[in-house]
Amino acid sequence: MILTIAGRELRSLFLSPLAWSLLAVMQFILAWLFLVQMESFDLLQARLVTIENAPGLTDLVVVPLLGNVAIVTLLLVPLLSMRLISEELRSGTFSLLLSAPVSISRIVLGKYLGLLGVLGVILLISLLMALSLLAGGELDLGRLAAGLLGLGLVLAASAAIGLYMSTLSSQPSVAAVGSYGLLLFLWSINLAAGAEGKGSALFAWIAMPTHFDRLLSGLVRSSDLIYFILCISICLILAVRRLDTLRTRP
Amino acid sequence: MDPLIKTEGLYRYYGGHCAVRDLSFELYPGEVLGLLGPNGAGKSSTLRMLAGNLAPSAGNIWLNGVNLQANPIQATGGVGYLPENPPLYPELTVDEYLYYCARLHRVSRGVIDEAVLTAKGHCGLDAVGQRLIGNLSKGYQQRVGIAQAIVHNPAVVILDEPTVGLDPIQMREIRSLICGLGTERGVILSTHILPEVQATCSRVLILHQGEQAYAASLKHDVGPASGCFLIRLAEPPELDALTAVQGISYADQLADGHYRLYLEGAECSAGKLIEQLVQGGWGLEEFIAEQPGLEQVFVRITTGEQSI
Repeated sequence: MILTIAGRELRSLFLSPLAWSLLAVMQFILAWLFLVQMESFDLLQARLVTIENAPGLTDLVVVPLLGNVAIVTLLLVPLLSMRLISEELRSGTFSLLLSAPVSISRIVLGKYLGLLGVLGVILLISLLMALSLLAGGELDLGRLAAGLLGLGLVLAASAAIGLYMSTLSSQPSVAAVGSYGLLLFLWSINLAAGAEGKGSALFAWIAMPTHFDRLLSGLVRSSDLIYFILCISICLILAVRRLDTLRTRP
Repeated sequence: MDPLIKTEGLYRYYGGHCAVRDLSFELYPGEVLGLLGPNGAGKSSTLRMLAGNLAPSAGNIWLNGVNLQANPIQATGGVGYLPENPPLYPELTVDEYLYYCARLHRVSRGVIDEAVLTAKGHCGLDAVGQRLIGNLSKGYQQRVGIAQAIVHNPAVVILDEPTVGLDPIQMREIRSLICGLGTERGVILSTHILPEVQATCSRVLILHQGEQAYAASLKHDVGPASGCFLIRLAEPPELDALTAVQGISYADQLADGHYRLYLEGAECSAGKLIEQLVQGGWGLEEFIAEQPGLEQVFVRITTGEQSI
């Protein structure tokens, strides 16, 4: 049942020009940034030879690339997630799901999986770009895996936030604004962590980059994984609760 | 026989406004129940509650003997619901959409093709299976909405204004489809079109301001009880001459040659009356027994002229 809903969601996303155009624009931007990184690596290469234990391709190209993907998708996810539920609420198609023998949690999970499917394509594209470097060099595959895991978790958490925001309003644009607000907040709250104070440790922990950066540097800590899992589950549970109240309140 | 739908003391409030008040009724297999009422009478709210789209503020609903509030997944399994606005995805084709709906309602993969084919056949959608729903006309979209409600062969079909936006021929087709559905299943539909109720429903419930104002059985085989006949005469006489005919208590001239005759008690049959009218030599051209006056009842209730 979850897969049926996810399949319909994916199909609708790819039947609309939105997903294609977003993926195309994103790919263009990422390719450009990738080339810039390659260029700078090329310039540095001569000097790197002389240094002992010098940073390699993975440090100088792959990690910045994954960081860039995270930033670009931060801008894309709200546009993809905004219509997940709010469009159905607006056009009245949600009643099809409500009157079907499907629980709300399955509806939410189905929608979430559908969105993850699109984001999986983004992840795959990033992986292929990184792997293309194998043609002319060597990569630290362990670190690449850690970075990809981090990127995947960031995408999954952003998707969950976008999905929850989408249940709050029957206007997709409002849902998008909400997700942008929350995502940018989570990305920037650690800027305050630099200031000395009681709350700075908490701010640093709430911020997504704190955990993402550690994964990018190859450090897979269970506390960071728990942060993302917590973020995803809280948003999904809130989404289920919110949709449940739709029946009781008009 | 157990009822397919049973409601008890159903209430629904929107803020302080009470949309449905103390509604209790039952629907049995083989029945077509019409919910009739002016705009805002609580028809759609009632149907949404029955379909599990809206939680009642108070009261209980049993679908097929399963309590809807306690066991929603099991209860809604045997229900097909067409909301006021058909829940369609314009980017899907008719086939894709019906397939998706059937999957949502747990139609097993082995019989799903057959189920979609049957539903399309019932609703006259065979020719448009490959077309995008967004490109179909309003009438066809409405049909897709109905097909969606019956694709999983539910025991109860709930239709909210099923013939809105259809042309007269489509309307007739949909009405006969509803009558066909009603032979083995239970159908409940809302409408504000009175002839539709008379053509399709075996029972009618008139709602007014959220309350049940009138309930009656509309058996088609029961003859006219109104004691009214509409006639047309080629050579109309004076009105007094008509009133003088034995058995007629009162005659009303509607238009040139058209009259409505009110009978005097039950002892005067239609046959005797026709005999006399022919003997009068006025050139009887039409003789219609007027249907029981649902319209009068409806108007009286909803305008509050007098209580029934």
